[in-house]
Amino acid sequence: MTDRQRIVITGIGLTAPNGNNLTEFRRNLVNGKSGVRKHNVRYLGDIIAGVCSHDPLKYQKKKELRRGTRAGSTSIYCCHEAVADAKLDLNSVDKSRIGIFVGITEHGNVDTEKQIYEISQFNYDTKFVSHHYNPRIVANNPAGEVTLNMGITGPHYTLGAACAGGNLGLIQGCQMLLLNQVDIALGGGVSETIHAFGAFASFRSEGALASHEDPEKACRPFDKDRNGVVVSEGGCIFVLERLEAALARSARMYGEVVGYAINSDALDFILPDSEGQAKCMTLALKNAGLSPDDISVISTHATGTPQGDPQECKAIRQVFGECRHTYINNTKCMIGHSMGAAAALELAGNLPSFEDHVVHPTINIDNLDPDCAFENLVINRSKKIDKVDYILKNAFGMLGINSTVIVKRFEG
Amino acid sequence: MTASQIRATILEVIGQILPDEDLSKLKGDVRIRDQVEMDSMDFLDIIMELRKRYGIEVPEEDYMKLATLDSAVAYLEPRMAHL
Repeated sequence: MTDRQRIVITGIGLTAPNGNNLTEFRRNLVNGKSGVRKHNVRYLGDIIAGVCSHDPLKYQKKKELRRGTRAGSTSIYCCHEAVADAKLDLNSVDKSRIGIFVGITEHGNVDTEKQIYEISQFNYDTKFVSHHYNPRIVANNPAGEVTLNMGITGPHYTLGAACAGGNLGLIQGCQMLLLNQVDIALGGGVSETIHAFGAFASFRSEGALASHEDPEKACRPFDKDRNGVVVSEGGCIFVLERLEAALARSARMYGEVVGYAINSDALDFILPDSEGQAKCMTLALKNAGLSPDDISVISTHATGTPQGDPQECKAIRQVFGECRHTYINNTKCMIGHSMGAAAALELAGNLPSFEDHVVHPTINIDNLDPDCAFENLVINRSKKIDKVDYILKNAFGMLGINSTVIVKRFEG
Repeated sequence: MTASQIRATILEVIGQILPDEDLSKLKGDVRIRDQVEMDSMDFLDIIMELRKRYGIEVPEEDYMKLATLDSAVAYLEPRMAHL
């Protein structure tokens, strides 16, 4: 494979409930520090959620913030941080050759709910619907606001993929680089979901919303007493480049994207299926030309629902056996489920393992569910291992979408 | 509302719509859009705020009458006198 066909990650910009940049996020993950807390939601009151604390005014004027969406603002923050981290000078590159590909679980609910609430104050008279409503709720908004803010004129769009969105943003960026449609891809995912009541209420109606007297213990994948999802906001954008270009400017390499796959269960609106997930991981391994034993770390999707977690564990067992050569962890236990951002954030939080060889822990496992037990599941404390060569990131979503991304330690 | 109260209200509304702008030197007889960064969507925000706060409808053909602070006060004075 030539250097033009190899895609590397050269920058990371993120905001998570427990960190506003990769350094802070990674430190808290390694130390098992949760960012989950109580968050007040209209009609629902205090709900357990992951809330970000980055300063949006770092890259936006107050008027931009007022006009745009939370998802757009989060994308802007993450893209700026990623570009700065990659040490890219946007004034010296062709901005028409930069593409923005943002994975989302959904978009528009936050502002739709706000508008309906707003007009409810005026006896539901629709003349009080804001003229800002349409540009806020169009599906490309979270990517489009970045172009306005940064003056980027290449392609921009979102990838609607339920909770696999973050992986799809990265995959789309890789594909657009391979097709030579762009020279720099900003790919990842964002979520503003916690600012609407709908997702919380619907998860609750499904019997899938986490509850616990201590918010930091509410999200507990693989624990016997897990009882549902903690919904979070967040964002993570990767700077992706062809290796040839990254080498030419002596860029820092976080890793090389060597394989990915997306498939569908075609079975159920909500319930995941281990068969489809196993096929997806197998397809990604084949795409990367790897065998299961090559993978050092699996960053699981598991969300902490009673039904979902064992499906992924069954799929992992089907592909990797008992994982004697592969360590397993989960990030949602510390940040909740950041929906469209989840896959990108969770991959980013694991990438420093290539250098420090530390696998961050899965916290809140007090009583390990036997169906989720693996010898190499990293529980409650970080684990230092000999080396990390490949990280596999799973992300699955409603309507049976599965995605897997494999990143390799950069070797030149 | 008196003319000075209406002027203060308009300035307060504009301040909310354009939070990055310094409105202290806004001249009453010069087009507002020539003095601060205000586009058509911002202008529609003023129309919406008047509708929400005071139930005042400004028809599109009258938009030009809100071009300057002075003309806006003159236009709104009879419509807001009862408030």
